[in-house]
Amino acid sequence: MSNVSEAEIRAEVREWLKANWNPERSLVEWRNMLADSGWGMPQWPREWYGRGLPVGVARAVEEEFAAIGAVGVAKSGVRLLAAATLLEHASDDIKKRFLRRILTGEDSWCQLFSEPGSGSDLAGATTRADLKGDFWIVNGQKVWTTSAHHADYGILLARTDWDAPKHEGLSFFVIDIRQPGVDVQPLRQMNGHASFNQVFFTDAKVPKENLVGKVNEGWKVAMTTLAHERRGADGLASPSRRGPRVGRIYAEERAELEIANQPYTWYPQRAGRVDLIIERAKETGANRDPNVRQEIARLMILARSAEWTARRARATQQQGRPQGPEGSLGKLAASHVARGCSRVHTMITGTAAMLTGSDGPRDGIIAEILVSVPAVSIAGGTDEIQRNIIAERVLGLPKEPRFDTGPFRNVRRN
Amino acid sequence: MSRSQQANQESARRVRFAFTDEQEQFRAAVRRFLNDKSPTTEVRRLMETDTGYDPSVWRQMSDELALPGIHIPEQYGGGGFGMVELGIVMEEFGRSLLCAPFFSTAVMAAGAILNAGTEAQKSSLLPELARGARMATLALTEPDGDWDPGKIETVAARDADGFRLNGTKSYVVDGHIADLLIVAARVAGTSGREGLGLFTLKADAAGIERRLLKSMDPTRKIAQIQFRGARADLLGSLDTAAAAIERTLDQAAIALANEMVGGAQTMLDSAVAYSKLRVQFGREIGSFQAIKHKLADMLLEVELAKSAAYYAAQAAAVEDPEWPALACLAKAAASETYLNAAANCIQIHGGIGFTWDNDTHLWFKRAKSSEVFLGQPSYHRELLMQRWGV
Repeated sequence: MSNVSEAEIRAEVREWLKANWNPERSLVEWRNMLADSGWGMPQWPREWYGRGLPVGVARAVEEEFAAIGAVGVAKSGVRLLAAATLLEHASDDIKKRFLRRILTGEDSWCQLFSEPGSGSDLAGATTRADLKGDFWIVNGQKVWTTSAHHADYGILLARTDWDAPKHEGLSFFVIDIRQPGVDVQPLRQMNGHASFNQVFFTDAKVPKENLVGKVNEGWKVAMTTLAHERRGADGLASPSRRGPRVGRIYAEERAELEIANQPYTWYPQRAGRVDLIIERAKETGANRDPNVRQEIARLMILARSAEWTARRARATQQQGRPQGPEGSLGKLAASHVARGCSRVHTMITGTAAMLTGSDGPRDGIIAEILVSVPAVSIAGGTDEIQRNIIAERVLGLPKEPRFDTGPFRNVRRN
Repeated sequence: MSRSQQANQESARRVRFAFTDEQEQFRAAVRRFLNDKSPTTEVRRLMETDTGYDPSVWRQMSDELALPGIHIPEQYGGGGFGMVELGIVMEEFGRSLLCAPFFSTAVMAAGAILNAGTEAQKSSLLPELARGARMATLALTEPDGDWDPGKIETVAARDADGFRLNGTKSYVVDGHIADLLIVAARVAGTSGREGLGLFTLKADAAGIERRLLKSMDPTRKIAQIQFRGARADLLGSLDTAAAAIERTLDQAAIALANEMVGGAQTMLDSAVAYSKLRVQFGREIGSFQAIKHKLADMLLEVELAKSAAYYAAQAAAVEDPEWPALACLAKAAASETYLNAAANCIQIHGGIGFTWDNDTHLWFKRAKSSEVFLGQPSYHRELLMQRWGV
């Protein structure tokens, strides 16, 4: 790793972009150039499509891309979670076969962790993989899989040893989704959308060499994925994309994002749409009701404080000091904000909260908030699990007595 | 993007989110001093006295740490720092429940003089306060307990050599021991925000009667003061007094919010420590989810309220246009958080939690008095809505 300054890196990337960036290139051609040059993932090691730069400097590179509207590597969906996990744990053979096509966006990925019988208790997975000759044979069911119907590959957590304790009998695989043994079915939520899938495995095949890490050490690998997932969710928006964005490459990127973002159209509503609260109060006249005013104030105090807490965590880290407890609280705070929004939107809307779709206020957006918010305190780790994590890891409270030790075969389960 | 969101983003660019290393070192120095000088044994000793503070500790915090003048500009004998450093001091005082005439002298009185006084008045009055040589306070609220300056009824009548004050002030912090009083009053025949003025007089002047009130929170002494024709000088001018009073109250609210989050942190720390110690049903009570989740929620609330208190102080320090609204926000947030934290701390301690011997009630009472002092949360929420133009 070099010791060059941020200013030098900025100059270098600017020069490279000047020489190479052209919005009329094809998306895949451009992203292959990013992979070859390392400018697409500057914080990754040089031998794997990166430049080995510290994260802080990598952010500067990102800013230089944003400044001229240059497109980056494919980041939508779980691609980068998969990529980061493979980078850390997979064999060179797997990295060679998959990483480049993740970055170019040619392959789409999904995450196969949760099961109907193991949600919060992810390590209780019962989807099984049995080694038969050169293949692992997979049977079982996964759920809450975003975009599985568009995916080419999945990262899979499956049980490979039933006599080992729960966390020590799991292995981590890369599985080809497009094969006869894999059946992908949409899962419809209470808000009418079907953003997730159920995935059924019936003697699906995984080549032996697609094992990531060692046999029965999959839990550690999955933890890497989850850590990256949590890190990406501090609730702060990414910098906006500037420039006119005209050209072939933008059209191709838009098409890619349209598919990738389709499951997420209701996510802003799930978060409660705090941005609409004051506007709505004014347009409905609810801002004249002293009770509503109190509730709006309560909610806005919560929302602003949550935003400042995330910024405080980030700023402290950027100053080179370790984050305090404020860094672990974002998800729980977001749940509170969303539920508060749901309540206050209802107060503001009154009887019209009974209406949905084109009959509902704001063309159904308000109704969509009300029926989407319940998911926010569950998806990605329930509030209760978040509280356990905060209590044990931040406050250092003793763990609960466990009932799931010993051979997994004997552990009580659904 | 709405206008208010744009304003948020603009202000966020200017306001700092993290303390500097120097500020963290300053905090550590204040904390060391307090660990040494303000253990709960001292808090308990002082709260039983009428004066409510230890003059030798007050002298040391003035001489060694120069705390009373921390936010007073250097030309008036202060340290030249701002709201952020004042907030740090307040937070640490809140943590340890220091008993000292700091809030009255440094925050309320010095604040009023800085905001309202003429150059000459600032030069003559502030250095003594900054040195801790004199104690002062701001007498604003009256027996009705209303924090809206427009409701002030005490009258200032002009006479040959100044003004004569008539009326009763209440809830005056350290009003029984202050050497210098700053009194908010109005010119006879005016109402609302018209005709308000701030007046200074020595507490031993003729026509003043002071009475220490029996306060539920014995760590913060409050007094009632009657003025019967007491002679006072106008601080600054009548034209600008209403704005100066408002500014002083907003700054005080931010200071108090920082004090409250410090106290809330102590309550959280105490509850966490006890839950790791106390064993029932063969296990530490902190291993029960009922306790864990309560503590996790407390942590979340405390961190959110800290963010609000810190941000408001940072915003005030750079005169961000939104800061007066944020003063209301921080005060409302910190008030509820502190009280919840104290109530939960008692709950987690169980039976011992509501005994006199357990220290929790000292913070609970400070939480309760701080909740209503400068206006209760509902008052500040309404003011926040008005200031945000809702």
